[in-house]
Amino acid sequence: MLKYALIPFLPLAAFVFNGLLGRWLKDKAHWPPLFAVLFSFVLAVSTLFEVMGGGHIEHVLYSWIVSGGFDVHIGFKIDQLTAVMLIVVTTVSSLVHIYSVGYMHGDKGYPRFFAYLSLFTFSMLMLVMADNFLQLYVFWEAVGLCSYFLIGFWYEKKSASDAGKKAFVVNRVGDFGFGLGVMLIFITFGTLNYDAVFATAGFHAAETVNIMGGTYSLMTVIALLLFTGAVGKSAQLPLHVWLPDAMEGPTPVSALIHAATMVTAGVFMVARCHPIFNLSPVALDVVTWTGGITALFASTIALTQYDIKRVVAYSTISQLGYMFVACGVGAYTAGIFHLMTHAFFKGLLFLGAGSVIHAMSGEQDMRNMGGLKKAIPWTFGTFLLASLSISGVPGLAGFFSKDEILWKAFTSHGAGHTVYYLLAFAAFLTAFYSFRVIFMTFYGDCRASHEVAHHVHESPKVMLLPLVILATLAVVAGYVGVPEAIGGSNRFHGFMAHVFGGGHGAVEGVVEGGASHALEVTMMLVSILIGVGGIGLAWFMYIVKPDLPGKVAGASTAVYNLLYNKYYIDEIYDFVLVNPVKWASTHFFWKVVDVSIIDAFVNAVASLVDAMSRVLRRLQSGYFHHYAMGMALGVFVIVGVFLFIR
Amino acid sequence: MTEYIMNTLSYPVLSWTAFMPVLGSVAILLFARENDNLARYLALATAAATFVLSLPLVMQFDTTTHNMQFVESKPWIPGWNVNYIMGVDGISVLLVLLTTLLTLICVVSSWKAIQKHVKEYMIALLLLETGMVGVFCALDLFLFYIFWEAMLIPMYLLIGIWGGPRKLYAAVKFFLYTFAGSALMLIGIIALYYQGGHTFEIVKLMGQEYPMQLQFWLFLAFFLAFAIKVPMFPFHTWLPDAHVEAPTAGSVILAGVLLKMGTYGFLRFNLPMFPDATLYFTPMIMVISVVGIIYGALVAMIQADLKKLIAYSSVSHMGFVTLGIFALNTQGLEGGILQMLNHGVTTGALFLCVGIIYERTHTRMIADFGGLTKKLPIYATFFMIFTLSSLGLPGMNGFVGEFLILLGAFTSQRIYAVIGTTGIILGAAYMLWMFQRVMFMELKPRNESLLDMDWREAATLIPLAVLVFWIGLFPNPFLNILHVTVQHLLEQVNGTAQMTAAAMLVK
Repeated sequence: MLKYALIPFLPLAAFVFNGLLGRWLKDKAHWPPLFAVLFSFVLAVSTLFEVMGGGHIEHVLYSWIVSGGFDVHIGFKIDQLTAVMLIVVTTVSSLVHIYSVGYMHGDKGYPRFFAYLSLFTFSMLMLVMADNFLQLYVFWEAVGLCSYFLIGFWYEKKSASDAGKKAFVVNRVGDFGFGLGVMLIFITFGTLNYDAVFATAGFHAAETVNIMGGTYSLMTVIALLLFTGAVGKSAQLPLHVWLPDAMEGPTPVSALIHAATMVTAGVFMVARCHPIFNLSPVALDVVTWTGGITALFASTIALTQYDIKRVVAYSTISQLGYMFVACGVGAYTAGIFHLMTHAFFKGLLFLGAGSVIHAMSGEQDMRNMGGLKKAIPWTFGTFLLASLSISGVPGLAGFFSKDEILWKAFTSHGAGHTVYYLLAFAAFLTAFYSFRVIFMTFYGDCRASHEVAHHVHESPKVMLLPLVILATLAVVAGYVGVPEAIGGSNRFHGFMAHVFGGGHGAVEGVVEGGASHALEVTMMLVSILIGVGGIGLAWFMYIVKPDLPGKVAGASTAVYNLLYNKYYIDEIYDFVLVNPVKWASTHFFWKVVDVSIIDAFVNAVASLVDAMSRVLRRLQSGYFHHYAMGMALGVFVIVGVFLFIR
Repeated sequence: MTEYIMNTLSYPVLSWTAFMPVLGSVAILLFARENDNLARYLALATAAATFVLSLPLVMQFDTTTHNMQFVESKPWIPGWNVNYIMGVDGISVLLVLLTTLLTLICVVSSWKAIQKHVKEYMIALLLLETGMVGVFCALDLFLFYIFWEAMLIPMYLLIGIWGGPRKLYAAVKFFLYTFAGSALMLIGIIALYYQGGHTFEIVKLMGQEYPMQLQFWLFLAFFLAFAIKVPMFPFHTWLPDAHVEAPTAGSVILAGVLLKMGTYGFLRFNLPMFPDATLYFTPMIMVISVVGIIYGALVAMIQADLKKLIAYSSVSHMGFVTLGIFALNTQGLEGGILQMLNHGVTTGALFLCVGIIYERTHTRMIADFGGLTKKLPIYATFFMIFTLSSLGLPGMNGFVGEFLILLGAFTSQRIYAVIGTTGIILGAAYMLWMFQRVMFMELKPRNESLLDMDWREAATLIPLAVLVFWIGLFPNPFLNILHVTVQHLLEQVNGTAQMTAAAMLVK
C-alpha cells in the first residue's frame, strides 16, 4: 500500500519542500524533485512487474466527500493500463527533470520551476491511478493548473500569461462537458467508482434521456460528455487552440506536459472508459471522426509554420488524432501503444528543439537556422531518429504503433474505414513536415546572424543524456508490439488484453481479427511508401530545389494564407465569441441592465420619495394660523361630505 | 418536530459569544479614551476571546440530532409572549464560527488601515459581531428581528464614516435597500404572530401548517427581505457600491457574513415554515439563481475596479448557493450551506488581499497594477490560492460546494445545472484575467518600491488558506455537521408536499 502511495506522493512532498524552502535551495533546487521522481520511476517499474501476470491492485486512501447517497473516496486502481501510464509518465518526467537542470540553469525562477514540475508529476500520477470518476476529474483539472503555471512560467511576458490563461479557460470549456458527464454517471449508477460503473454499464445500454425534446441513448450522451473533456485536454478540434500557444512555456514543459503526458490524458480517459464507449456506436464514430479530421487538419497547418516548436505542437495535435481514431475503432491497445511510443519520440522532438533553441541563443524561427548538423551533432542525430520514427520508417517505434492504427482503421467497417484515408494522407504530410524541419534546421547554409552563428554550441551533457535515452526508446519501444503478421509476438497486446479483452479490445463487428496476414503486410508496405514519399518530397523541395517552397506558396496564396494563419480559428473565436461577450457584458448587462434599469429605478424611487416629502414638508410650516386654517377646512369637508352622503 | 437541547456547558455559550463584544465595546469606551493602540488591543482581545468562546460550539456539537443545541431560554416580554431564546443547529453553527473568525481577522487587518476614530471603529466592528452572532442564534422571531435591524446600524456607520469617496451614497443605498426588505419582513413577522398562535418562537412556528394563500404572501415577504440581502439578481445593485466604498474590514464582513444572512433566512424560515409556497416558487427562484450566476460572472468580467469585480463575483457565487438550496435535495442543500461557508472564507480573503495592496498604493484599479508577483511573491502565492479557490479548483473548498450544488441541481432540474456549469467556465475566465492583469506581465514603475506582506497581514490570510485546503481535501467534518439537520429540513419541506412529489414521480 505504502509503495503505491509513494509513487505520486514523493513528487508531492518534493513540491511542498521546494515550495517552502526553494528560495534557499537556489541552484540546488532540482535535487528534491529529481530524487523524488526517480524513486517514483523505480516504484513504477516494480509495480509494472506486479501486474504483468494480469492481476490488478486497488486501494482506498480515504473517504473524501459524503453527502446523502453521494460517497466518493480517493483511491488507487492500478491495472495494466495504469501501469503503462505510470511508466510513461515517470520515465519522461525523470528525463525532463534531468534535462531541465541544464536548460533552466541560471533562470531566476529555477526553484519554482522544479516545484511546478513535481506538482505536475504528482497530479498526473494521481490522474492515471484514480479509481473513480471524480478523482479523475480532480486531477484532470490539477494537471491543467500545472500546465497553466508552467505555460505562464515567464509571467512577465504578456504572451506567456495570455497563453496560460487561454489554456486553462479552453480546458474548462471541455471540462464543462466532462463535469456534466460525471454527474450523469452518478445519477445513472448511484456511484462514481470505475469498477461498479463499468460492471453495470451494460444494464443501462437501452436507456434513453430526453434533451430539449429529443430522445438520445443514455450511454451515447454520457460518452460524448466525457469525450468533450478529452477534446479539450487532448487539444482536438475545435478546442485545439490552446496547445500551439502553450509553446510559450519553457521547452522541457512542452516535452513533458504538452507532448508526452498531460495531453494524452484524453486518450487515456477514453480508453479507461471503454466499457461505456463500446456501448455507443454513435460516440465511437464521433471519436473516430474527431480524431481523423484533427489529424489531417493539424498536419496541414504544420506544413507552413516556421516556429520550430509550433511545428512540433501541431504535429502533437495530429498524432493525438491518430490515437483517438484507434480508440474510436475499438483498437484501444493500438491507441495506448501509440501513446507510449509517441511520448518517447515526441518528447525527444521537443527536447531536441529545445537543444536547438539553446544552441541558437533563443531563436525559434527556422528561417533563421540552417546548417546546424555539424555544430550540434548529438542534437541532430537524436532529432533525426525521432523524425524517422514519427515518419513511420520501418523498424522504429513510431512505425509499429502508427501502422497498427492505420491497419485497424482500414479493416474496420463504417467510419474508421473512411477515416483511414484521412490518416494515410496525414501520414504523408507528417513525414513531409517532419523532414522539412530537419532540412530547414540542420541542412543548407546557416541563415542566422553572424553573432548567433558564432555562438552555436552543443548542449551540455546533462541535456544530451535524456536525448540519447529517449532516442533509444524511440527506436526500440516498438518491439514490444511487433505484429504477428511479420512474425512478431505482439506482447503488448497480450499485456493490455487484461484491460481491453480479446487481444484488441474489439467492438463486435468493428475490428475483424481474422483478416489475412497478406493484406496486413501489403498495407504495411503502403504505409512505408507513404512515409518515404513524404520524406522524399521534403528532400526534393528543401534540398534539391530550395526555391520551390516559395513558388508553391506564391502560386496558391489563398490556401497558403489559410494554413499559415491556422484557418483563422483564433480570429473566428474572438469575433464570434469573446468580443461579443465582452461587449454585451459592458454595454448591455452592466451599463444598461444594472445602471440604466435597476439602479435608475432604485434612484427614481428615492427621488420620488424625496420629492413627495418636499411637498408634504410645506404643510408643516409651523405657523399656528396655517394649522387653524387646515383644521377649519377639514371640519368643513367632513361635515360637507357627511351632509351630502346622508 | 424540533426540540431544544439545553446548554450543558459551564457557561451560557451562545450569550457569551453574542455579548462578549458588547462587553469589549464598553471596555474600550471606558479605558481607551485617548489611546488608539489600547483600543486596538482591547478589540483584539475581545474578538479573540469571542472566537475562543465560540469554539466549543463545534467541538461539542452533537451531529446526531437535528434539534437545537446549546439552547438558552428566558422569558423576556411576557405580555407579548416574547422570549430570549438562543440556540444553534447544523445550519447555523458553522456560520457562528465563521462570524467570530472573520471578526477577529478583521480587527487584525484594520490595525494600520484605520487611523481616524479608531475607538469608534473598533466599537462598531464589535457591535456588528454581536448583531451577526445574534441573527444566527436567535430562536425567537422578535429577538431575531432586533438583531437583524441592530446589525444594520454599525454596518451603515462603517461604510458611511470609514468609507471611500462616495461613502454616503453607498451607505444610504445599502441601508434603504435592506431596510425596504426588513419592512416587508416585519409585516410578515406580525402576520405570523397572529396566524401562528400568538408566539414568536421559531421552532413552534415551524411546526404548524399554514393555508396556501397565507404561505404565498408570507413566503414573498420573507423572500424579498432575504433576496435583497443575498443579494439575488435583480436586487443586487447595492452590493457593488457598498463594497467599493466600504473599508476593507467592512467588505470582508459584508461578503463573508452579511450576505449569508439572506440564504440563512431561506433555510430557517422560508423552507421549513412555508413548504408549499417553497415548492410553488422554486422554479422561479432557480431561474433567477442561474441568471444571477451568469449575469454576475459576465458583469464581473469587465469591471475595472478590483472590489467591484469581486462584488459581482459574489452575486455569481451566491447564485450557486441559492441554486443549491432550492434544488431541495441532500446534495444541493449541503452543497449550498457548505458554499456559504466557502464563499465567506474565499471572498473574505480576496477582499483582504485587495486591502493589502490598496493600503500600499491607494488604488483598486486593475489597470494601475501588473507584474506585482515580482515584488510581492508571498502575497502572490496567497492571492493565487484564493483566486483558484474562487474559481472552484478541485482540491480547494469551492469545488466541493459547487460540485454538490450542481449535482443537486442536476438531480432536480437538469437544465439549471447545465447553465450553472457555464458559470464555472466564466468564473475561470474573469478570475484568471483579473489575476493576470494584477500580478503578471510587466511591473509598472510606480509599483517598483512595493513591499511584500508582513507577518500581521500573513496572519490574516493563513487561517483562511488553511480552511481553503481543509474544506477542499477533507470536507467530511464539515458535512457531518450538516447531514442530520439537512435531512430534517428536507422532511419539513416535503412533509406536507409529499403528495405532490409522489404525484410528480408517478407522472
